[in-house]
Amino acid sequence: MILVDFIVSRFNYWIYIILMMMGLFAMIAKKNLIKKLIGMSIFQTAIILFFVSIGVKEGSTIPILAHEAAHDPAHQQAAPLTEKGEGHIQNGKGRDALRAEDYANPLPHVLMLTAIVVGVATLGVGLAVVQKLHQEFGSIEEPEILAKIDSDDG
Amino acid sequence: MRALGTIAVILTGALLLYASGDFPAWGEPYSPANDSRVSRHYILKSFEETSVPNMVTAVLADYRSYDTLFETVVIFTAGIAIISILRGPVDKRVRLRRASEKSLRQSNLILAQTCRLLVPVIQMFALYVIAHGHHSPGGGFQGGVIFGASLILVALSFQLQTALDRISEKRAMILAGIGVLIYSGIGLTCVLLGSNFLDYSVLSKVLPLSAIEARSYGILGVETGVAFTVTAIMFAIYANLSSHGRMKGGL
Amino acid sequence: MIWQFNLIILGFLIMAAIMSLKVTDLLSASMIFGIYSFLMCLLWAAMGAVDVAFTEAAVGAGASTVFLVATVYSTKRKSSD
Repeated sequence: MILVDFIVSRFNYWIYIILMMMGLFAMIAKKNLIKKLIGMSIFQTAIILFFVSIGVKEGSTIPILAHEAAHDPAHQQAAPLTEKGEGHIQNGKGRDALRAEDYANPLPHVLMLTAIVVGVATLGVGLAVVQKLHQEFGSIEEPEILAKIDSDDG
Repeated sequence: MRALGTIAVILTGALLLYASGDFPAWGEPYSPANDSRVSRHYILKSFEETSVPNMVTAVLADYRSYDTLFETVVIFTAGIAIISILRGPVDKRVRLRRASEKSLRQSNLILAQTCRLLVPVIQMFALYVIAHGHHSPGGGFQGGVIFGASLILVALSFQLQTALDRISEKRAMILAGIGVLIYSGIGLTCVLLGSNFLDYSVLSKVLPLSAIEARSYGILGVETGVAFTVTAIMFAIYANLSSHGRMKGGL
Repeated sequence: MIWQFNLIILGFLIMAAIMSLKVTDLLSASMIFGIYSFLMCLLWAAMGAVDVAFTEAAVGAGASTVFLVATVYSTKRKSSD
């Protein structure tokens, strides 16, 4: 039973590592430059996935305050438990209170949100380089480009 | 290369798998990352301090706004890099001719009409996403990409020239620069008003707002700047990649 | 979040990653990479990272697929591996 618990609590990490290694292998071993770039993107998304999963809390909700909670600036004050009760977050005393355990950790989300947009910008630069290489050498395969460079030198 | 790659990947993977045993269990609410003082502060205090219910927006554009400023600059730089990599001789005659009406007629009827109906809706949605990022998922990055996608849709369903008549590459790069200037300009305004760079609460001196509301509106301002840059750069990247940097033809 | 749901999406994710790296037609590889991005977006939405999921849906499944297709169109469609 301990082993099952261990696997259920860890299998996510193992799959992230498998994805990451797939991307790394494609970047090293694939000969086609566009395949290399796809591998780079897979590597990148695997790392982002790992970071986002750090911020997951079991039983938490998205990091946006519910409407009622948001319009009650002093969260610690007693709120009347009347008509709008279903959206409330309640602690043991039957009062509205903001608890850190109820919301997913927003910090990894922020860091990774910008990383995704920068990722597409770097992918664009990579694709531009691939296009330029294709204009120069007429190929997007690494061995052919290297052979052309060698024959130009010799 | 293949054998070398396999060895490297297996070694790194084995090391990471070995290390994963020491991680906190997946979804643990009291793991070191989730229970840190910083995240706790963001969750509990961000609404009191900025009056923005979406914590991600508040952290992105207020607490960590230096980070976002330079991410915007990175995107701007990537746009410049792509243009300078791909720029070749530009055919002047093609650039000067306004081909829009002709290409509108040439394009497939169903495609053209669907695109005409969809593009305004997509752009309205993009503006909504930018403006409503305080209360729902969204913000400058997402809205900017959606707005850029609407321009890319015009270029895909008609011709690249049709989209370039609406927003030329030069104009796109000016817009991108304006975005970065809006962002850093808000930061400089805060400095001139006698506070730290990008400390929006000081904007309440010039705007009829309280210090907390000023932070909320400061966030809206910088998100607008981000949206300008991202929109323009997304379109510029597409225009360059699809035409080898020659600004004609396209997909 | 439900771990069975999580496991199913992760399985599809690995399949999509393998396919997009295996297939020799680069246009297919780009489209499968779009599917990969969209599955990733679903996973993040399930984890509660709605902002990240929204960004990935707009950027990964939208913009980066278009960029890849644009490059494949103007270079070569066949890959050697």
